[in-house]
Amino acid sequence: MNITLGHYLTVGAILFALSVIGIFLNRKNLIVLLMAIELMLLAVNMNFVAFSHYLGDLHGQIFVFFILTVAAAESAIGLAILVQLFRNKSSINVDELNTLKG
Amino acid sequence: MMDAQSALFYAFSAVLLFASFRVITSRNPVHAALYLVLAFFQASGLWMLLEAEFLSIALVLVYVGAVMVLFLFVVMMLDVNIDSMRVGFWKHFPLAATMGAVIALELAAVLLGGFRVTVPHTPQFPVMVTPTAVDAATSAVAVGHMVATEVSNTKALGVLLYTEYLYPVQVAALILLVALIAAIALTLRERKDTKAQNPAEQVRVKASDRVSLVKMDPVKADVASAIEPEKSA
Amino acid sequence: MSQTLQTSNLLAVPLAPLVGSVLAGVFGTHFGGNWLGRRITHSLTILGVLVAFVLSMQTLWSVAADGARFNETLYTWMVVGSLKMEIGFLIDGLTAMMMCVVTFVSLMVHIYTIGYMEEDEGYNRFFSYISLFTFSMLMLVMSNNMLQLFFGWEAVGLVSYLLIGFWFNKPTAIFANMKAFLVNRVGDFGFILGIGLIVAFAGTLNYTEAFAKSADLAVLNLPGTDWMLVTVICICLFIGAMGKSAQFPLHVWLPDSMEGPTPISALIHAATMVTAGIFMVARMSPLFELSDTALNLVMAIGAITALFMGFLGLIQNDIKRVVAYSTLSQLGYMTVALGASAYSVAVFHLMTHAFFKALLFLGAGSVIMGMHHNQDIRWMGGVRKYMPITWITSLLGSLALIGTPFFSGFYSKDSIIEAVAESTLPAAGFAHFAVLAGVFVTAFYSFRMYFLVFHGPERYDQNPDAHHDDHHAHDGGHHDHTPHESPWVVTVPLLLLAIPSVVIGYFTIDAMLFGDFFKDAIFVNADKHEAMHELGHAYHGAIAMAMHAFSSAPFWLAFAGVVSSYYMYMINPSVPAAIKRACMPIFTLFENKYYMDWINENILARGARALGTGLWKGGDQSVIDGGIVNGSWKLVGAVSVVTRQLQSGYLYHYALAMIVGVFLLMTWFVWLK
Repeated sequence: MNITLGHYLTVGAILFALSVIGIFLNRKNLIVLLMAIELMLLAVNMNFVAFSHYLGDLHGQIFVFFILTVAAAESAIGLAILVQLFRNKSSINVDELNTLKG
Repeated sequence: MMDAQSALFYAFSAVLLFASFRVITSRNPVHAALYLVLAFFQASGLWMLLEAEFLSIALVLVYVGAVMVLFLFVVMMLDVNIDSMRVGFWKHFPLAATMGAVIALELAAVLLGGFRVTVPHTPQFPVMVTPTAVDAATSAVAVGHMVATEVSNTKALGVLLYTEYLYPVQVAALILLVALIAAIALTLRERKDTKAQNPAEQVRVKASDRVSLVKMDPVKADVASAIEPEKSA
Repeated sequence: MSQTLQTSNLLAVPLAPLVGSVLAGVFGTHFGGNWLGRRITHSLTILGVLVAFVLSMQTLWSVAADGARFNETLYTWMVVGSLKMEIGFLIDGLTAMMMCVVTFVSLMVHIYTIGYMEEDEGYNRFFSYISLFTFSMLMLVMSNNMLQLFFGWEAVGLVSYLLIGFWFNKPTAIFANMKAFLVNRVGDFGFILGIGLIVAFAGTLNYTEAFAKSADLAVLNLPGTDWMLVTVICICLFIGAMGKSAQFPLHVWLPDSMEGPTPISALIHAATMVTAGIFMVARMSPLFELSDTALNLVMAIGAITALFMGFLGLIQNDIKRVVAYSTLSQLGYMTVALGASAYSVAVFHLMTHAFFKALLFLGAGSVIMGMHHNQDIRWMGGVRKYMPITWITSLLGSLALIGTPFFSGFYSKDSIIEAVAESTLPAAGFAHFAVLAGVFVTAFYSFRMYFLVFHGPERYDQNPDAHHDDHHAHDGGHHDHTPHESPWVVTVPLLLLAIPSVVIGYFTIDAMLFGDFFKDAIFVNADKHEAMHELGHAYHGAIAMAMHAFSSAPFWLAFAGVVSSYYMYMINPSVPAAIKRACMPIFTLFENKYYMDWINENILARGARALGTGLWKGGDQSVIDGGIVNGSWKLVGAVSVVTRQLQSGYLYHYALAMIVGVFLLMTWFVWLK
């Protein structure tokens, strides 16, 4: 059976949905939250590459390139913040991080 | 019967989705991180199937090799009390699943409805731009040309990156630099046990920081009176 | 000597008193350091007024003998669109006469003040004020446009306020000066409306230009109504005159203004300021002639004032109050004459009245000085033995007031009575009755005062309120209430005023009423309003008029008044008390001044204060402070209490919000677009 663009898009969609579920379920655990975000980015990249292949346009892959770069930078900083948070609070329980409460 | 490509696709996809599911539902964050590594590997395989070789390798090298390792470092470094965070986890699962399902369905509706491309645009697919013609207009035009010569994916990417996307590459480099500096600035702690001096601070010292004169009586009054009777005694 | 009118001479007339006033006011008082002593101050100010008087007489001579006229703008203050606001002078017969009257009476009062205010601390301030008043009044009468007229109008009101409240530590004086100013303000409101209407429809403030357009104005109606425009203008202007000339019901301030020192009662509230309204109506005669309704109103109000204020004079015990009500009544006479379109007669009476009323006030002041500041006529009597000059001059003034033939008051009053009789306006019947009855009443109260003060037994020691005046040196140690004649600075003005009170009517009636003196100043529509015309027919000369009087009603009414008062106060003093007992309700009505003061204080003033308090509490505090100011922050607070819930501080809430937002956007774009 032919693997169409739709298959890959479906995979991407399910990945995205999974990561949304993951954010929703793990909202108290910051590390898993960050991992769910990585999953989200993966889903988007999947879409880009699939489109790039099926439409014959290389620009999609270029875009993935940049998404990868930025995702790396973002997870580095995110983890740095997490580490600092842990140093200050000895916990990564989000429930205790409500000092910005209005 | 499906051919090898389809079988590989289904295999990779299944493992990918299972791994993702385990990422979000694992109890132990280390397990979650490892499942994420697995997911990335599957994605890399899928991209290889899509003839994006460079990106699939880059995913493994950069993402798994660097970012996930970083994740693992952090997860293992932080001593986290997991159970307190898992309270009420399965309670929210129905709602979360519903939301996720709806999002997935909507995505599928949009994407599948709009793009019914069944046959990939292979194999003349990589960009055929002769190394000498460098401006963006011609490269865009040249995409559609069917030229007999095949160029590797990496080369094609490279040509495109360093001509049309030169500026974004510089910006990406800058972003990485900023991330580097930010991460260090956020987490750098000074060692408290070194005895090195800061010359600038030394020079700024004033006499009043080091010595203070206090006026006192030579002998305290009650001490004096205590001494007197002793003497007389 | 005949000279044409020169700008510099005319300018010097108002400016000389102004200079005197400023110098006295700045350098003679505490304000500037008390540099000038009393003699220098009074000399400076008297010099200023004397210069003004001499130049005014010269101007009058030029105007009367040479027919000189002056109507020019001296200074353009500003031009707004096509409306010019200027300072200018219009000198014709009317102005020249007013200038002379004002400066002469002012000069007399200045000299008199040297004696009257001798013991007062505010001596220099008083001279500054009366000179300032002279300046203001002169600017008013000499002006050639309504803006300057209004400036003078307001300025005399201001100086009147300052002078009534001269003894500012007396609560009654402060009450009186506020009352005067506020009642005047009511009149000024109408006046400004009238001026505004003239500006709106004639486009100019200048008299000559506005009167030139009077034919155009005569056919217009007030927009949005079917009232004649000229009627509305004239009624508004007359309201101003009612305030300033104390016509009913805006008369309430004049009796209270007696709280001020007597010299100003003479100057301001008898001779000059209160006549500004009469002057203004005479000046505006071209406009008033166009509106019978307005003239009718003028006559009716004047008649009411003339008669009913006269009644109040019958029961007053304060010597100044008697003369004050007499002034009110005579102002009513002048107003009635204006209503009968006999403007020249009204102005003529204005002039004669200025002299004899100022004389009566200054005489009363002299008596008050002599009686050691007792003002109650019940405790006087037989003063003629001690103060002969005051006695004779007061007698002459009273005779002039009641209209004794050959005296000046006779010519002016009888002319008014005849003019009213010839008038065909609806109010003329009542007005004629009022002015005739008023003759009897005037004679009665004038001579009641005269007999009680100057004749009869001496009642000085019977005064229950007498306070031992520590300022005066007393012989030995026993109370000496017997009066003594006033110094020459007081008696000389009395004599100088007595002369025109007696003779001026006889000499000027020909020129003023039946000659050309007011020909271009006062306009009378002889076809519609025939009073002056008929008067002219009946006039056969001053002597003939006087001889004719002996066979006419006014003379016998006046005679009856004198005889009645002689009987009731000299021969049978128990009669007044009996009449009072018999007519107690009427007496109470008179004593309460027709309850006008009660209405003003309790209804109008209290109502205005209640309105203010209501607006303050209801409007300012509740609506503005409470509702708008407080309400706005309370609203912001309430809204923010609700929206604050969105900021829980929990990261997962924010993440959830983001997801839900993405989800909604997706839904919108997928399904709803």
